[in-house]
Amino acid sequence: MFRIVESPIDAAEVLRLVSGPEVGGIASFVGTVRDTNAGKRVSAVEYHAYPAMAERVMRQIGEEMTRGFGALRIAMVHRVGRLSVGEASVVIAAGAAHRHESLASVAYAIERLKQAVPIWKKECYEDGSEWLESVPPGAGSEATD
Amino acid sequence: MKVKVLLFARLRELVGGEAVELELPEGATVGEIWGTLQDRAPALRAYPGPPLMAVDQDYARPETVVSDGEEVAFFPPVSGG
Repeated sequence: MFRIVESPIDAAEVLRLVSGPEVGGIASFVGTVRDTNAGKRVSAVEYHAYPAMAERVMRQIGEEMTRGFGALRIAMVHRVGRLSVGEASVVIAAGAAHRHESLASVAYAIERLKQAVPIWKKECYEDGSEWLESVPPGAGSEATD
Repeated sequence: MKVKVLLFARLRELVGGEAVELELPEGATVGEIWGTLQDRAPALRAYPGPPLMAVDQDYARPETVVSDGEEVAFFPPVSGG
């Protein structure tokens, strides 16, 4: 399941989606809105997406998780709209036969999502707002980690 | 040919709209479409450097040739997660 949603993400429901009799290990990543970034106090974050392409690229990442790491069941959900501090913006879960496969595939997936899935973050501060744009790999830190 | 162009994030705010339909000569490339768009909406010149580009929801390069009816998108580096 690869989806852009507007309502809060139920992480437990995402985990259920990747459970199954062939699965011996489930790993997940939950990205949440942090209250500070680059020294600024963040009051909320607005996520915008190109939904059709975002879901398509997420599906491609899912195929890479299966091919490269042996993930058997994958779910990836990213929320858009205005999110408050502490709310989940993204949930990625993978079920695999063994723990190493599920853990490695999820670690890979969140990095790829941040590089390639067309979603943009606008941080809201008490005195305005600002679009964040990714920087080349290795050039700086990211906002959700 | 007619091509639908979508803009996202900062680019959408610069133009004040999310989509434009452009009439273009056959064989136009994505890079040429970006140039046409900047002529139509000079506010886009405030954006530094070429943005990311997609054709029918796949990443594309400036030299990618666009066909009639395809959906072209321009957007800044992504920052989801």
